Amino acid sequence: MRNAFADVIFELGQEDSRICALVADISPAGSMVKFREQFPERFVNTGVAEQAMIGIAAGMALKGMRPFCYTIATFSLYRPFEMIRVDLCYQNLPVTVIGMGAGVVYSTLGGTHHSMEDVAVASAIPNMTVLAPCDPEEMRLMTQWCATESIGPVYMRLGKAGEPDLTADAIQPFQVGKLRYIKRGTEVAVISYGTTVKMAKEVALRLEALGKSVSVLSCHTIKPVDRPGVEEVLATHSRVVIIEEHVPHGGLGSRVREIAWESRSECSLDCFSLRDEFIHCYGSHDELLMAHGMSVDSVIDRLADQ
Amino acid sequence: MWPKKSQFDIELARQRCLRYRRRILDISQQVSALHAAGAFSAVEIVDCVYAGLMRGKPGLESPDTFLMSKGHGCMIQYVVLENIGVLEKRDLDLYCKATGRLGCHPDYGNPGIEASTGSLGHGMALATGMAFTEQQVFKKDGLVYVVISDGELQEGSTWEAMMMAANLGVTNLVALLDHNGYQSFGKTSETHPAFYPIREKVEAFGWEVAEVNGHDSQAIYSAVAGRCGTKPFMLIGNTIKGRGVSYMENQPIWHYRSPSPAEYQQAIAELAEVTG
Repeated sequence: MRNAFADVIFELGQEDSRICALVADISPAGSMVKFREQFPERFVNTGVAEQAMIGIAAGMALKGMRPFCYTIATFSLYRPFEMIRVDLCYQNLPVTVIGMGAGVVYSTLGGTHHSMEDVAVASAIPNMTVLAPCDPEEMRLMTQWCATESIGPVYMRLGKAGEPDLTADAIQPFQVGKLRYIKRGTEVAVISYGTTVKMAKEVALRLEALGKSVSVLSCHTIKPVDRPGVEEVLATHSRVVIIEEHVPHGGLGSRVREIAWESRSECSLDCFSLRDEFIHCYGSHDELLMAHGMSVDSVIDRLADQ
Repeated sequence: MWPKKSQFDIELARQRCLRYRRRILDISQQVSALHAAGAFSAVEIVDCVYAGLMRGKPGLESPDTFLMSKGHGCMIQYVVLENIGVLEKRDLDLYCKATGRLGCHPDYGNPGIEASTGSLGHGMALATGMAFTEQQVFKKDGLVYVVISDGELQEGSTWEAMMMAANLGVTNLVALLDHNGYQSFGKTSETHPAFYPIREKVEAFGWEVAEVNGHDSQAIYSAVAGRCGTKPFMLIGNTIKGRGVSYMENQPIWHYRSPSPAEYQQAIAELAEVTG
């Protein structure tokens, strides 16, 4: 995803002279170096100074540019939070903040490098759009939208690298603001976004093996969430399962629960998320998720119990 | 050499600054929410930028940009913008009223207001991004003026941005420091002694620095107009908080308070005697 993002920014930068890239000492992947070499006047590395990265990006946007700010999620969103709130959101500027390695993707780096509550934090601010692509293709389409169509600030939550293509066979096209069916069934719907869509697809396969008809959806736009789309899913399935790499509160699970309550849905709803805990555990990404109780097996086991 | 207006009449500046202080005092009798003292320390600085340094009508018609990073001092910006016809009298009459559009801090989108400020420590990075875009992306000669307070020079974000301004080599950035020596809690030199010296710190961050009496319009103008530099530039204007009204000068209570009717009368009488 990281390399693919750099490729997309480089392509967009060639087409539109308003596109600029700001990084905060993140080691640039291949195409980010190309961007810096080809457009030095549109590439700014602020060093380990994320508040300056956001503030300078806002200043550039006030002059008509369309900046992308890029670093590890916890440093792109939490450290300069008030700059994001005031400079970007209050002034409603078209700046995209990329949160790299969101969730517990940086599984060996510890809690300082985890952003388990970033969706809640970013979603809480007026004017902010929150996006999370599940694979390089969704990221590419999303980045194009940020570069050309978005009229305000965006927080884009990315994984790290090596994500498989999960949407090549999707039955619906990508559209910002629209819940997207990757495949459609009639009984159970599994909704996820970003890093855990892969798990959602595996859960669906296991449920299908048990004889269920299963839908899988990518909720790549978490704010504003596609309310009619969620209502449709709740109305047409008897069971909805939410899987997200985020604390239990303030993310997609909370949002879908609100909509289910407000629409008086009778659908059963199961939410799987990270725990509301800092876990001192180091290992692979899957092992970290497992330490939080998130795996295909644990989802299937819990669904079977109920 | 930087572009500039042809001349700056010091006597006219003195008269304008006197009117601006009176106008702010008048408004202080309509609402209590007013940072009069912090506006009074910046009167000559803000007047000099708008009347002597910036080209064209502020806002979209000017190639230059002005940010009031010390947003709580925006009363002086409002009355200047009113005087030059960017804001209307009605806007000032409705200051901090539900039917108006001007509040205690500048809001982006209002005429002549080029960024929302008020939370301290934001303006330097905004100005750096704007100056960088003007000079190195657009290759234009627009200058960016940013008025900052000594209080917000305590924000780490201000120094982050100052380092980056020097790294980026933006020579079209002019920071004007309203160094009145006081912040909400009291005298800066007593509450925050390690804050000093300022000049050497700023120079060490890669800036050129000049220091003047911030109530001397001629000195401010001469230090900035037609300058030719190779680094970002900071003008330290040594000022008096509450300048022009004896009971306000250097008294922390006036950071936020508005004068009573009797205090107002006294202030107006004193201003008539100030030579500026």
